[in-house]
Amino acid sequence: MTSAAADSQVPDEGLARAAEPASELAVGLPPGRSGRRRLRRVLSDVIGGVIVLWGAATLTFVAVHLMPGSPAVAYAGGVGSHPSKSVLNAIIQEYGLNKPIIVQYLVYMGKLLHGNLGYSVSQQMPVSQVIALNVGPTAELTLGSLVLSWVLAVVWTVLTVRRGRIISAIGSGIEVLTASLPQYWLGIILLEVLAFHLGLFPATGGSGLQGLVLPSLTLALPIAGFLGQITREEFESALEQPFVTSARARGMSDWGVRLRHALRHAILPGVTLSGWALGALISGAVIVESLFSRNGLGNTLLTGVTQQDMPLTIGVVLIVAVVYVVATILVDMVYQLVDPRLRSAGQ
Amino acid sequence: MTVTDTALGPEQLVVAERPRRSRNLHVGIILAWLMIAFLLLAVAFPGLIARDAPLAVDPSRTLLAPSLSHLFGTDQNGRDVFSRVVYGARESLSIGIAATVVGLAIAIVLGFAAGLGGRWADMGISRFLEVLFAFPSLLLALLFVAMFGAGAGSLIIAVGIGSAPGYARMIRGQVIAVRNAPYIEAARVLGHGPLRIMARSIFPNAMRPLLVLGTLGIGQSIVWASSLSFLGLGAAPPAPEWGAMLAAGRDFISSAWWLEFFPGAVIVATTLALTAIGRHLQRRMEGRLA
Amino acid sequence: MTGQREQDTYLLSATDLRVSFGSGAAAREVVSGISFGVRAGECLAIVGQSGSGKSVTARALLGLAGDGSQVSGQLEFAGLDLTSMSERQWRAIRGVRIGFILQDALVSLDAVRPVGREIAEPLRLHKYGNPATRRARVIELLRQVGVPEPEMRARQLPGELSGGLRQRALIATAIALDPQLLIADEPTTALDVTIQAQIIGLLRESKRRGRALIVISHDLAVVSTLADRVAVMRDGEIVEQGRTADILGNPQHPYTQSLLDAIPSAHSRGTRLSEPATLRGRLPASFAAKQRESDRDAPPLLTANGLVKRYKGPDGKVRTVVDKVSFELWPGETLGVVGESGSGKTTTGRIVLAVTRPDEGEVLLNGQPWTNLTEGQRRSRRRHIGVVYQDPLSSFDPRWTVRRILTDALPAEQASARARAERIRELLHQVGLSEDMLERRPLLLSGGQRQRVAIARALAPAPEIIVCDEPVSALDVSIQAQVLDLFADLQDELGLSYIFISHDLGVIHHMSDRVLVMTAGRVVEQGDADQIFSHPAAPYTQRLLEALPRVALDGELADREPAYDRSA
Repeated sequence: MTSAAADSQVPDEGLARAAEPASELAVGLPPGRSGRRRLRRVLSDVIGGVIVLWGAATLTFVAVHLMPGSPAVAYAGGVGSHPSKSVLNAIIQEYGLNKPIIVQYLVYMGKLLHGNLGYSVSQQMPVSQVIALNVGPTAELTLGSLVLSWVLAVVWTVLTVRRGRIISAIGSGIEVLTASLPQYWLGIILLEVLAFHLGLFPATGGSGLQGLVLPSLTLALPIAGFLGQITREEFESALEQPFVTSARARGMSDWGVRLRHALRHAILPGVTLSGWALGALISGAVIVESLFSRNGLGNTLLTGVTQQDMPLTIGVVLIVAVVYVVATILVDMVYQLVDPRLRSAGQ
Repeated sequence: MTVTDTALGPEQLVVAERPRRSRNLHVGIILAWLMIAFLLLAVAFPGLIARDAPLAVDPSRTLLAPSLSHLFGTDQNGRDVFSRVVYGARESLSIGIAATVVGLAIAIVLGFAAGLGGRWADMGISRFLEVLFAFPSLLLALLFVAMFGAGAGSLIIAVGIGSAPGYARMIRGQVIAVRNAPYIEAARVLGHGPLRIMARSIFPNAMRPLLVLGTLGIGQSIVWASSLSFLGLGAAPPAPEWGAMLAAGRDFISSAWWLEFFPGAVIVATTLALTAIGRHLQRRMEGRLA
Repeated sequence: MTGQREQDTYLLSATDLRVSFGSGAAAREVVSGISFGVRAGECLAIVGQSGSGKSVTARALLGLAGDGSQVSGQLEFAGLDLTSMSERQWRAIRGVRIGFILQDALVSLDAVRPVGREIAEPLRLHKYGNPATRRARVIELLRQVGVPEPEMRARQLPGELSGGLRQRALIATAIALDPQLLIADEPTTALDVTIQAQIIGLLRESKRRGRALIVISHDLAVVSTLADRVAVMRDGEIVEQGRTADILGNPQHPYTQSLLDAIPSAHSRGTRLSEPATLRGRLPASFAAKQRESDRDAPPLLTANGLVKRYKGPDGKVRTVVDKVSFELWPGETLGVVGESGSGKTTTGRIVLAVTRPDEGEVLLNGQPWTNLTEGQRRSRRRHIGVVYQDPLSSFDPRWTVRRILTDALPAEQASARARAERIRELLHQVGLSEDMLERRPLLLSGGQRQRVAIARALAPAPEIIVCDEPVSALDVSIQAQVLDLFADLQDELGLSYIFISHDLGVIHHMSDRVLVMTAGRVVEQGDADQIFSHPAAPYTQRLLEALPRVALDGELADREPAYDRSA
């Protein structure tokens, strides 16, 4: 069995490889051509992002037209708002709904390009204004939670990974547990214990840092559990790599190896998932804002959905898409900072 | 790039690895299966476990705290929460399974089309998935609910659509990995035709992770469906569905914690059990089939 | 073993060293009471195949045997008792007084840190000078190990360096504080022969400067050019140790003898490398007498005309991987294709198999078009060419049992279940596997068994040609010997032609009738194997052969200096 395992780990140069590796031929390339390469990468990221946004906008257009009932009613704030004939006529004119579908599409995209997201009947103001009012609290909540979840995940992993069977098992067990906690349930427990029983934090609303603690914790813990699982897996495999053995053989301590060598490798996959994590945070924000009665995009979106206020719903969804695309580009740039291998050629 | 028998020092890796298959993992798996068995019993014969009918109103015992006679307490109408949770298993699990099936079905079509349909199909579908990824899952589901209104059916499709992009990307990756695997080339060298290779090797191997994906997915779907219910967008309140119970209990958060805690705890336990089993299956698959 | 008086002069000595993993009933002893020692200015080699416990031994000497390991026995280093060391005391020894070199610097150096910082790390850890003097020392060290342009290289990542430079940088990290003892675990294993020779030169130099050296290796040839004394390990025990010339020239233990016999080389041509496989029950008599006569009067079975393949690199530059390669393959012969990594030998093999399309040129099979056909036209003729890969495991559908793998490979006309079963039995017999393997999955087979299954699969459609791409490179030398013998037997029996691709000159010489030497995509030399190995015409072939370490049996090893060019 030993030899069987040995065989499967052999780095192969078999026919299975499409092309033979170039690295051995190139006797090292001079460094310093990285700047242009990085710029090109960012540029292609940006172009990709624009395409995604265009697709997202198109999708919302399709969504409105797939809805039961006429698009005019949807733009007017849904069946529930009982739009009058004159309102509907105005909307048909504004969106060109009596013209061919391609014209409607161009009108729709043109409006979006000018930042015109329509009028929210349920909020009685333009959608862009609603969003402007609500984007701050949500940004505060999600960014705070993102930082918090990273700190929790990294500290927890570094402390518990490969510390003997029991501690490691507890470490990963807690991660699996927190990762599968639904945010509403976690929030309720935190509320019950920390707000109602101990009175440490305000239960709802609350301004300033104190009011932010419970919502961020609620939002951050499951995501920390998820990031922690991934970081732990990478950390474990990094600690088994030969470069760790050679660092130890140079006289480095266990802590030194963890912090100076393994940690950097361990957070790489988590960094690529930060874009995903941001999406999860925004999803979570809908629940957390509702639970803690906080103002923000999440609660706004919920209002839009329950009131069938399509312009508001689509407006928020599109803003989230923009945030997501920008975040993805930023994450890619951060990744290149953390992993210098991408800066170099050849590999 | 020449080769060696000890590329990564496997001697010590193998030795160090072996005794570590921990015993507590097995305890976890046993607990997980017990949980699933309990749920299946609740689905099949809820009357055996529950003491009351799920809708039995009794004004004399409203909002009682958990006790031996009412394990999970009672709600504002005097209904036994434990009984309602037991009866709710059927609908909640159905919603979770149905949503997962919807999500996987969409994902299989997209994933296989992208993985096998040639360069243009792959590019188009991958771009489409990227667009969907710009909407976080819950938002995708919310968009769907906004379009078609709330309700159980809408919930299933919404959660299915919300989870489909993630599955689709995984299935596409798996299809491509299998398509490029050396054993596919070996089959080509033997002179097998593309249809035979597709049917005998590509399709079954690409579908292999589906069992794991589905197991993990049902837990996720239950959580998402209950989240939407919690937000008031799911099943209508009197039904003993877990998410609906959570939604109804929200008004009593500060006075009757058990109305939220126990249905939530059952959802968490279900998810954990499914996750543990899914992971276990995954590990066994990797160990056996690597 | 060694006397008490001798032991006193040892810089490091191990007595009854034991290493085990796990505890209680699950405990497994990996090193079972071995004793050895090494003096200053001397090189001790510990050789063995995988699973022999040699790597764990090396790590135990640094107190790094691994999680959950128990080490017992006496371990003395320069008057210190290593067995009673605290972790803090160990750290003061590692890197300062004992240096450690692992194989393949690509994974033994931290891939996301510049090489210079890795070399500076032991200096920093052990408080050598200040940052400026450390920087200067790094450059000095890189120069010392023969890295050109050290200032620039220090700023690069390990992945940006070639394999040879990378390995030198790794050695620089180990000798940064000039330790008295260097332990090298497979220091040359993943390297091409020319680079291998350079690294051996570096290690010899450190020995000459009076440092002690312990080399762990599976490669007796490398050991013979470097070590003064050799200890042969098997299953955690040292079966034999002594002076290199004695052990390699006159081995006493049968295991050592079998290891030496198993090495394919010029000497071994036309002979068996292993004991005859009992299952086959055939005597090697016909084999020894065999004169490999391929039928040159007949037309060639396969002809490659001016094959060219270009790939676009990640930097957008087009590289020519295969450059105007032409050759013929006659019935019943073995054509060896040898070259270092990146030489284009694997791509050439893929073109012959028609899984990679050449940009120019074509391959003819039996005088008929082959690579220029469409896949549909080619499919019915594919049964004429089979393949055996280096990594058989990944070439099997992971869900399939051996039976399913072989059934799938049978040609369609073998319709009846009975005929199929009969044919599968025959195939198993031909490759020396027993029938109880049939229901197993390849994952549960050993490396050698897997390769036998792969060979059986290749034989199933009764091909005339088999392309073998590094088929024995992943195997231990004794298993390798059995598989090479199997290839030879099958050729004998079935009149097969092989295109045998390998980086290993010994394997190529042992197996081939004719040889194709490739470098940088081009064929620099081709012709009769003995001719090429004894009188290489091309300068590249000459360099390759010069760099090749051989098991020296004449005892004059210490003076043989492998030629190497420091600036390469």
